[in-house]
Amino acid sequence: MQRLRFLVWKEFLELRMNPRIFGVVIIAPILQLTMLGYAATTDVRNVPIVVADGDRSAASRDLIAHFDASANFTVIDTVTTVSDVEPYLERGRAWLALAIPAGYGRELDAHRPVTVQVIADGTDSNSTTVALGYSTSLVGGYAQDLIAAQMPHGTPAGIDARIRVWFNPQLESRHFMIPGVLALILLVVTANLASMAVVRERELGTLEQLNVTPLRRWELIVGKLLPYGVIALIDVLLVVAVAVFWFEVPLRGSLLLLFAMSIIYVVCTLSLGLFISSISDTQQQAMMTATFFFLMPMIYLSGFIFPIENMPRAIQLVTYLIPLRYFLVIVRGIFLKGIGLDLLWPQALALASWGAVVLGLAVLRSQKRVG
Amino acid sequence: MRKALAVGRKELRQIARDRRTLLILVFVPAFFLLLYGYALNFDIRHVLLAVEDRDGTPQSRAVVSAFVNSGYFDLAASVYDPRAAERLLDLNDARAVLVIPEGLAREVGNGRTATVQVIISGDNANTATTVMGYASSILRTASSQVSPGAVTMAPPVTVEPRIWYNPELRSTLFLVPGLIAYISMITAVTSTALSIVREKEFGTMEQVRMAPIGTLSYVVGKTIPYFVIALASAALIILASMILFGLPMRGSWFALLVAVSLFLVGALGTGLLISTISDTQQIAFQLALLVSLLPTIMLSGFIFPISSMPRVLQLVTYVVPARYFLIALRGIVLKGSSLDTLWIPLAALVIYAAAMLSLASVRLAREHA
Repeated sequence: MQRLRFLVWKEFLELRMNPRIFGVVIIAPILQLTMLGYAATTDVRNVPIVVADGDRSAASRDLIAHFDASANFTVIDTVTTVSDVEPYLERGRAWLALAIPAGYGRELDAHRPVTVQVIADGTDSNSTTVALGYSTSLVGGYAQDLIAAQMPHGTPAGIDARIRVWFNPQLESRHFMIPGVLALILLVVTANLASMAVVRERELGTLEQLNVTPLRRWELIVGKLLPYGVIALIDVLLVVAVAVFWFEVPLRGSLLLLFAMSIIYVVCTLSLGLFISSISDTQQQAMMTATFFFLMPMIYLSGFIFPIENMPRAIQLVTYLIPLRYFLVIVRGIFLKGIGLDLLWPQALALASWGAVVLGLAVLRSQKRVG
Repeated sequence: MRKALAVGRKELRQIARDRRTLLILVFVPAFFLLLYGYALNFDIRHVLLAVEDRDGTPQSRAVVSAFVNSGYFDLAASVYDPRAAERLLDLNDARAVLVIPEGLAREVGNGRTATVQVIISGDNANTATTVMGYASSILRTASSQVSPGAVTMAPPVTVEPRIWYNPELRSTLFLVPGLIAYISMITAVTSTALSIVREKEFGTMEQVRMAPIGTLSYVVGKTIPYFVIALASAALIILASMILFGLPMRGSWFALLVAVSLFLVGALGTGLLISTISDTQQIAFQLALLVSLLPTIMLSGFIFPISSMPRVLQLVTYVVPARYFLIALRGIVLKGSSLDTLWIPLAALVIYAAAMLSLASVRLAREHA
């Protein structure tokens, strides 16, 4: 135990000699969280729209005013013909163009149906889908108002839809992204730093020296990883505090459970770092392996941004190998849904087994290499 | 220039010796494009739907089948208890619940309005918004089907949507250019980020300092071999995305080459600058990730629209090179824009690259002194 304490102390001293490392493990997570919290929004607001008003009547101006008054649209310019809108879309100055045909007002007055055209820049398919939805429902509501003005008695029979959104009624994408950021930051901080810490000793040749000390193998591993584990848990507190107090993400579940789950997860990511270090000779290799084979697939295939249920079947199966997948379900469940271990135990179990397997592999590999 | 080439030759030899890194730099980007190109999309289909049908009449079943037959929803479960539905939402076994009230058929038959409830799990706001749109348009259609007696009046104004550049709104065409930018940025930055700091750590930097080379030609020489590698790998992934994902090529190849080269020089310069600042490879690596990984995903318009961000953050995006590259890349391949419409983003890329390379050499020169 005393030997272990010395090793942990040495590891901390080494961290302290490197003042920039504190920037990396303390300031960087806060910076990333703020950036992600504000930038990672898929909400579509203030869609810039250009209007080609071929009618120039009171009726067409009324429709344009409805678009401009809506919080979803900003009318940036009005032109006369449809061909004039092309430069706006090509340069990306407008996402949508509303084309009102000549004779629009006349047709409306004569109670004949009239069609307006909405031209969308399909480059950003995601935002365009949303923006098109806004425009259809805006014009639909406008048409409804016109009908109501014509026949003021009663609403027609049929089904009335009442749509309710649970867990996140304002549909803030921030509430979905920020708990994910916690998982991501822990991964980046622990897996990378741990992998490089061990490889560095190998590269500099000091690992041999550690091997001839009376340290047992598990003491060596625990001693090397413990400092990073402590840093990671500080990061958890920091990130949760910023998420709850600054971004006002609701924490509906138990903080204690969140903390316990984070410990399991950090053991997983530290084991991963150890495993990476056991298959790398140089820091450069460790870093490349960590980034390309572990970090990037985890970001993209874990459901952090892209929903797993949209992926092809074969790739969905691959995602079961990613620990971040389970942890994301846990964090989001605790934050947004306030659910507990009674519902989350399959994820917790999967996470714990993943950690056990990888830790075992890493220990086996490193025994062979140094022994 | 001759001296720069000599440094380049030496660096190339060193890269060639480390096979694993070389392979990572050339082929892994293509592999990732494949993997992510197939895996990632925002096209929402097969939304898991739980149904709580308290009416159990032909009319209520017609509403349910309107959902299932739309192709957007898959029936996950039929429940008879609100608590069971809640549990399904909690476990993500259902993303939406359709609740049909008792007496739907009776109300609609009597010419009254019945209220159908749709509960959507909002944890992913983006998916939820789309699902909301699907649900309300399905219910609108179903409404006129189940109440044939109702007077349906043609709306006086209708919208005819037309979509340019990407008519089927395939999210792949939107995401693949972003992936190209992202993968190139990461490979370029990480490849050079370690190149100078490694020499510092091994002490060979002292030898370089003795050699009669100016700092600028040293920096340029370090960049050349990585530029060749990065360009090859970028060409590979661009071709792959055209063949495999049907990314069109509507503009000129020359314009594409200009845009890609400028972007890569900027990215390599960023890596070199990081390398001159850092004392250890560990720091260089963390800095490289911090500078290239997150901003390129988050602040470039790759996934999240810049116009939806807060003002301050929008200002920050002006220093993210991928932002300009994405405008240029999407413009060239999807919209067929020519160099003269794209001169602003291209000029920004030139400025960025020049700034990075000169900062790196200034920084290095100060260390020399």
